[in-house]
Amino acid sequence: MADVDLSKNDNVLDTDVAREPTVVVDDVHIVYRVHGAGSGKGSATSALSRILSRRRAAGVREVHAVKGISFTAYKGEAIGLIGSNGSGKSTMLAAIAGLLPTEKGGIYTNGQPSLLGVNAALMNELTGERNVVLGCLAMGMSPADVRARYQDIVEFSGINDKGDFISLPMRTYSSGMGARLRFSIAAAKTHDVLLIDEALATGDQAFQQRSKRRIDELRGSAGTVFLVSHDNNSIREVCERTIWIEAGELIMDGPTDEVVGRYERGERP
Amino acid sequence: MSTVSEPVSLSTPRGVDAGLTPKQLADKYGLSVSGARPGLFAYTKQLWARRHFIWAFATARLVAQYTDAKLGQLWQVVTPLLNCAVFYLVFGVILSSKDGFPPGTYIAWLCIGVFVFQFTQNAVQSGTRAISDNLGLIRALHFPRASLPIAFTVIQLQQLLISMVVLVVTVLASGIAPGRTWLLIVPALILQTLFNTGISLIMARIGAKTSDISQLIPFVMRAWMFLSGVMFSIQDRVHKWPHYIQVICNINPASVYMDLLRHAFAPVIYNPHQNPHQSLPPHQWVYGLAWGVGMFVIGYVFFWKAEEEYGRG
Repeated sequence: MADVDLSKNDNVLDTDVAREPTVVVDDVHIVYRVHGAGSGKGSATSALSRILSRRRAAGVREVHAVKGISFTAYKGEAIGLIGSNGSGKSTMLAAIAGLLPTEKGGIYTNGQPSLLGVNAALMNELTGERNVVLGCLAMGMSPADVRARYQDIVEFSGINDKGDFISLPMRTYSSGMGARLRFSIAAAKTHDVLLIDEALATGDQAFQQRSKRRIDELRGSAGTVFLVSHDNNSIREVCERTIWIEAGELIMDGPTDEVVGRYERGERP
Repeated sequence: MSTVSEPVSLSTPRGVDAGLTPKQLADKYGLSVSGARPGLFAYTKQLWARRHFIWAFATARLVAQYTDAKLGQLWQVVTPLLNCAVFYLVFGVILSSKDGFPPGTYIAWLCIGVFVFQFTQNAVQSGTRAISDNLGLIRALHFPRASLPIAFTVIQLQQLLISMVVLVVTVLASGIAPGRTWLLIVPALILQTLFNTGISLIMARIGAKTSDISQLIPFVMRAWMFLSGVMFSIQDRVHKWPHYIQVICNINPASVYMDLLRHAFAPVIYNPHQNPHQSLPPHQWVYGLAWGVGMFVIGYVFFWKAEEEYGRG
């Protein structure tokens, strides 16, 4: 913790030292195309489908979710994303993870960012045990690594605190338990860039404390963490920098205390 | 914090980097475009690194498939047996397709056809759903997406090997003695597995984009089954038809793999002397090889071309 605080102050106060960027978001626009029933056309040839969709008025609706957002994130930062529902926070996160194509502008990242969302289920019909093993293997760990980490992951998730739940299929888990296990699997590996979409809000108090410690560790090992949350307290505790997005536009980008304070008071700069 | 009135944004590059545009900054530190598709060689390397995942995924899925059923894993054997029973009743007893076969051997001939065709049929069907059924996994973790259709082919292969045990018993019960041609079962299955992997990769990409296709697949597969001669020799039926139809029937991959395996399992019933159309010409192996390798390469490249788009939107 002491190390992290020190580097945090360096970043904010010392304006002369070059920092290593991990995520560069350069004037990004993201447009969702919502296809009506029966008009599903492959988007492999996006240019062609754009021409087609203009002609077919009823088929496709466009939703401009992110309108020209730019920022740069640096090594060791934890950045909160705040804004009202539907403001484009989760869209921004999915785009950084490379899951959404950008309409205009570019997103450059150091390595492959890993997105951790509450909605992303693993394999529900398989046991928690299998999910841990498969999740770790999918992230590219070797079977020996998985065996070594397995116990830590299960302990961290706290799934077995109330009996032997890890050997039950994941569909029998509560949403909180599922989210905890998914977080534990994803956090088992050090990621250069970790994107968290409200995963902390679902866990209980004890788990939230553990995950905060783990996020600090991940930042300590030269990563960058993004956190989307409606819980301003968890943003305050985890992030020193916060970006406020509203209606797909960047409202404010600055130190958490200032940005969250203004957001809560509803003062737009 | 004391930075409330600080005019410098936290995003702005500092020190020696001051004044760089975002693009220049990204280039200087070697950042890559998020979600960009790796090259074909790098992709293959990533995929190879995930081989344990593919195997574990396939095994886990196979085990989970029957967890709700009371008979459990027994269904893996019972399902193909029931299929054979239905086809035997319809085509063997009612329509008497078994004319020309030595007594008692039609059931073995039929079973080989049913199992071999189902191997490909399952690969097409599960390939179509490989991406769309696993969006949760795809959106949560990063791994080469080809792992999924390949894992589903491995599941089909594991299932086929179980069916093979049933098949061996059926063949022996029909009074066909094991011969040296049984060694050919292995290369024939390897070629068919290659073909299935390729077609599964192609269907996975199409199914990921157009979910309508999964409604169409059962009809396509049924038509393909009847045209491939699973329960009768299609070559016998078309020998009076125009030449190009005979050619199409001969190079139909499902027929090719059925022919190869029927010949390998039971050359006796494969080549009844009164029926020249049922002999196995050596070019069937060439067709089998071409279909297997060709389909695998085409499918792999076709799937890889859209790698960055799976799970989007």
